[in-house]
Amino acid sequence: MEREHLKLVIVGHVDHGKSTLIGRLFFDTDSLPKEKIEEVKQICEALGKELEFAYVMDHLEEERSQGITIDTAQTFFKTEKRDYVIIDAPGHREFTKNMITGASQAEAAILIVDASEGVREQTRRHAYILGMLGLKQVIVAVNKMDLVDYSENVFNEVSKQTTDFLERIGIAPTYIIPISAKEGDNVAKASDRMKWYTGPTILQALDTFKKTEKRDENPLRFAVQDVYNIDGKRIIVGRVEAGTLRVGDNIIVLPTGEETTVETIEEFLKEDVKEAPSGKSTGITVADKLFIDRGHILYRKGEKAPHLLKEIKGNIFWMSKEPLVVGEKVVFKCSTQELPCTVKAIEKRIDSSTLEIIEENAEKLENREVGEVVLSFSTEVIVDDFNSTPDLGRFVIEKNYNISGGGIITHLER
Amino acid sequence: MDYLDELESKSIYIIREAYKQFKDIAALWSIGKDSTTLVWLIRKAFYGKVPFPVVHIDTSYKFEEIYEFRDKWAKKWNLKLIVGRNEEAIKAGMGPHMGKLQCCTALKTEALKMTIDKYGFKALLLGIRRDEHGIRAKERYFSPRNREFQWNYKDQPPELWDQYKSKQEGEEHIRVHPLLHWTELDIWQYIKRENIPVVELYFAKNGKRYRSIGCKPCCSPIPSDADTIDKIIEELKTTNISERAGRAQDKERAYMMQKLRALGYM
Repeated sequence: MEREHLKLVIVGHVDHGKSTLIGRLFFDTDSLPKEKIEEVKQICEALGKELEFAYVMDHLEEERSQGITIDTAQTFFKTEKRDYVIIDAPGHREFTKNMITGASQAEAAILIVDASEGVREQTRRHAYILGMLGLKQVIVAVNKMDLVDYSENVFNEVSKQTTDFLERIGIAPTYIIPISAKEGDNVAKASDRMKWYTGPTILQALDTFKKTEKRDENPLRFAVQDVYNIDGKRIIVGRVEAGTLRVGDNIIVLPTGEETTVETIEEFLKEDVKEAPSGKSTGITVADKLFIDRGHILYRKGEKAPHLLKEIKGNIFWMSKEPLVVGEKVVFKCSTQELPCTVKAIEKRIDSSTLEIIEENAEKLENREVGEVVLSFSTEVIVDDFNSTPDLGRFVIEKNYNISGGGIITHLER
Repeated sequence: MDYLDELESKSIYIIREAYKQFKDIAALWSIGKDSTTLVWLIRKAFYGKVPFPVVHIDTSYKFEEIYEFRDKWAKKWNLKLIVGRNEEAIKAGMGPHMGKLQCCTALKTEALKMTIDKYGFKALLLGIRRDEHGIRAKERYFSPRNREFQWNYKDQPPELWDQYKSKQEGEEHIRVHPLLHWTELDIWQYIKRENIPVVELYFAKNGKRYRSIGCKPCCSPIPSDADTIDKIIEELKTTNISERAGRAQDKERAYMMQKLRALGYM
């Protein structure tokens, strides 16, 4: 039986203990190679510090000597139930784009809050980003309980402060757990020092989380990546973004609206493939000689069609030092579509940490700000509701060849 | 789809993205298990007709088995094989005895630079994985390098929702890592499922096997009785020793990999 894998991101304010928690998880689940522990010991000695779990994750010389995580890192650990891919995201505001890179791949999250400091700027910003990315399985870990004498009152206070904010952005945490990553309380083992807490440890909580649901039953969406000519056969390659593609399906090609039938599903060294489930990178041949190209989306006749729009409204998280400016042309990328768009309006400019509206009808959106933005296109763009087909409901904006913003489409009726 | 199908689909998607964006592309094939798996996935992505060259950076210090394997399968799979060597340094007697960092730099990094310049590659596909080494845990799928091959790990472009940095300006080239999300165990399970050929050195002989292969003088075998893929998979499920424990370049200094990586070592 194949083991299940779950991707987990750990986020929170700088210095609230993300790397330490990960180090602790590794240590307590016996997932660290011996020479890794030796290496960490040596580095700690060289830096004149006692053994710090954080160094298990912080691999850059700079990270170790400055004590902050710069870039996201991924490692692996196991419980009885399954394997985990842990994504360590930097807490420092300078590296928010690295945090988003890490968090965008996760299926569950731990938001870590220092019991002695409470909710801080990056706690709120990271929480907002988790909400934007659509993450629903969230643990709040109130860390450094050892610094507040394992006090139930402090825990209750910090919990309330955190959940009050999370409520505003529509996140209901699955668990709120008092821990000390440094001392090992309630991480892998239940703490003797917090008898007042009777809920699960971090590991027990994680094991209750579910894998992201498959979208095999949703309406079909096949995103065309490229077209290859192989031995005289014209193979349309791409990915099933939702639903299940089957030989014989009557399909409609967007944006042209032309109709055809799936003749074969082509896979190397496999004969007679009948279907391709959601998430599959595959190739097809079709019955008619139609113009089909990268960026086209195929759906099944009779099923709910995606939307064809020349204007969309969405929430964008901006992550570039160069601002997004009203009136400018940028590149819009959604699934395999890539097309120019004009920034028509920035209806609201929002502080991603406090969620305060900084300005309405703004001219610019600056680094780390969130905007309610209207984008317009000269040709139609194919999009969908984020909840039913995430891949067609979210997009990135490229400016000067760099990914500079990520967004979720919020309004399809325009 | 099961777990291996998911890994495979993501890799094939990335390989096809890379080829769509960059026609001047090549794959680096060290002939090890990872890059051989990469070549296998590339063959799958293009239905057996690999549309770009496969580059082997040859230090001249590789194991005999590696050269044999390379020539046999390059022919069987109809690959456009380019062998890149820093002939000048090899003739001048460069070797690990002159310092391991110096040797890797001259025979790997420099040889790769020369090959990229000669053929004008704009992008390279590499079979590195995040779980291989701490520093690799921070890699992106599409990673820009400047002319001097430097990796600016402090300021990497964000990557989300399978949207990758697509173009580059000026003298940069892009490293593409389609296997980044695989683990060593995943690779072996996939090799087993797909029946991918691998160099014999990975299988135990007389109580020893190589877990990671490179240049002969700088690789040592680990004690092991795993002489089949199944036994290797079993061994990996229980081991507490890291994969690159037999690689000299990782041992020299804690930060050597980071230095090598910033200098452009693959």
